[in-house]
Amino acid sequence: MELYGIYVLWLRDLKRYIRARSRIIGSLGMPIFFLAFLGIGFRRAQIPSLPENLSYIDFLAPGIVSMVVLFTGTFSGVSIVWDRQFGFLREIMVSPLSRTTISLGRTIGGATTAIIQGTLMLFVSFLVGFRPALDGLIYSMFFMVLIAISFTGLGIAISTLMEDIHGFQLVINFFLFPLFFLSGALFPISELPPFLRSLTYLNPLTYGVDGMRWSLVRFSEFSPLVDLSVLFVFSVFVILLSTFMFERTEVG
Amino acid sequence: MKIVMRGEELQPVAIRVENLSKDFGSLRAVNSVSFEVVSGEVFGLLGPNGAGKTTLIKMLCTLLKPTSGKAEIAGFDIVKNPSEVRKNIGIVFQEPTLDVELTAKENLDFHGRLYGMDGKKRNERIKEVLKLVGLEDRADELVKKFSGGMQRRLEIARGFMHFPKVLFLDEPTLGLDVQTRRKIWEYIDKVRKEEDITIILTTHYIEEAENLCDRVAIIDHGNIIALDTVERLKNRVGEDSIEIVTEGDVSDFIELMKSANLRVVRTEEGLMVSAGEAERLIPQIFSLANKNGIVIKSVSLKKSSLEDVFILLTGRKIREESSSGALHVMRARRMGR
Repeated sequence: MELYGIYVLWLRDLKRYIRARSRIIGSLGMPIFFLAFLGIGFRRAQIPSLPENLSYIDFLAPGIVSMVVLFTGTFSGVSIVWDRQFGFLREIMVSPLSRTTISLGRTIGGATTAIIQGTLMLFVSFLVGFRPALDGLIYSMFFMVLIAISFTGLGIAISTLMEDIHGFQLVINFFLFPLFFLSGALFPISELPPFLRSLTYLNPLTYGVDGMRWSLVRFSEFSPLVDLSVLFVFSVFVILLSTFMFERTEVG
Repeated sequence: MKIVMRGEELQPVAIRVENLSKDFGSLRAVNSVSFEVVSGEVFGLLGPNGAGKTTLIKMLCTLLKPTSGKAEIAGFDIVKNPSEVRKNIGIVFQEPTLDVELTAKENLDFHGRLYGMDGKKRNERIKEVLKLVGLEDRADELVKKFSGGMQRRLEIARGFMHFPKVLFLDEPTLGLDVQTRRKIWEYIDKVRKEEDITIILTTHYIEEAENLCDRVAIIDHGNIIALDTVERLKNRVGEDSIEIVTEGDVSDFIELMKSANLRVVRTEEGLMVSAGEAERLIPQIFSLANKNGIVIKSVSLKKSSLEDVFILLTGRKIREESSSGALHVMRARRMGR
């Protein structure tokens, strides 16, 4: 019953996702422009900590794909606030499903849409000239899944602290963008001064981006096993956290 | 399931509430309320906005935890066994809770799945409930294209789709125009006739309680101040009532009437006399006023309603006539949170 409940919630998320075609395209706009214009603009820049044979666009693309997964995942987690605002959450809360099931169902549903968006972005990046190692596509999936679950779960945890949707802009500007900029997605973290660099070590997305980059272009600043373990531990922590916080919310 | 004597037959109790209370900080929203609802009954909670109706419903639906007291739905305790309670109830909230991005059918399908109905059963039932609320032609339309009345009908259909034993309707016609409201009443009546279900509804519309309910509990400030069949509640104020507004103070007039053995209470505007065939009393009242130099400004005769019962018990009206409908809705919604 509970497993089936997770499936039902997942199915709803997916149905809504597929139906909102303009949102699928729209939300890919910004990352595509990031990739295209930064990639072209910096294509001849010399970055000391990058190997000679690695072009900037190859360095950048895994970061941009991670960005898409980060943003989509967090958005769909936080979108529980919409459901609360428009009342639909109540329909779920009075059903026989347990709170844990509800929170897990939303996490898996949101993570799935984030993974689809990330994969779409990966394909789009081929058009801009990104040429990843083909076998790396499989490894990159593991990292995408972990990034997606971590940040969808984190989005749900954040949503339990929000009263209404007005806090959304705050989440984007003061949570998502700093996470993104301090993850090594746009430049190697070894280029950062020591203080900022130590911040990136605390950022779970750093390990996601690094793992993606290792998978796709075989360049990384940490060992991929370190990336994988840190992300795995973090995603388990986030699932426990979001379930715990969701458990305590009253929809009244 | 426990049974109680009621009339000649034995009927199972669908809802049993014992001394249920809910505090919000220092405010007591529901104060030691007790009642029983028998299977198959339509039970109304009538009272002004903010009387505690919605809070009471939310406790029974396991959305809020009671401060004290207990309640059972279909034999399951709302605190000890919330998931069993949830399986046995359907709810239509004041605020819409549909997914407007999905079609009517998809909303119902999702609901059926949430309650563990299998595919075949679900599809049959979706057709059945859509037909009952007259939406069978709109099954595949997105809910955001529905009018307010249609959305409400869909919510009611969804509420009883999974064969709940008890259906809760919280202000089912709030914010709807009069015509739509009558339409909704027809559908609720149909549900009650065609489904094996107990309905408990809250309302602050007198006509709604009178039209739909077998028994009504009148609630004010978190207390049940009267509970009986609509008929017997009305009998408390007699068949009719006369509202009188006089010039100056009404206290003396009230005393005079009392000494003439009339049942009279003070209201906000003046006074109200309750009696069987009240029109026969009008000449007597006028001569009483003339003899004592009291000037009557206006007289109105009314068929008795539950409104009068409420006035008799509290000295106030359930609805303030002056406030606009829209304001009303807004306030009610806020109270609901």
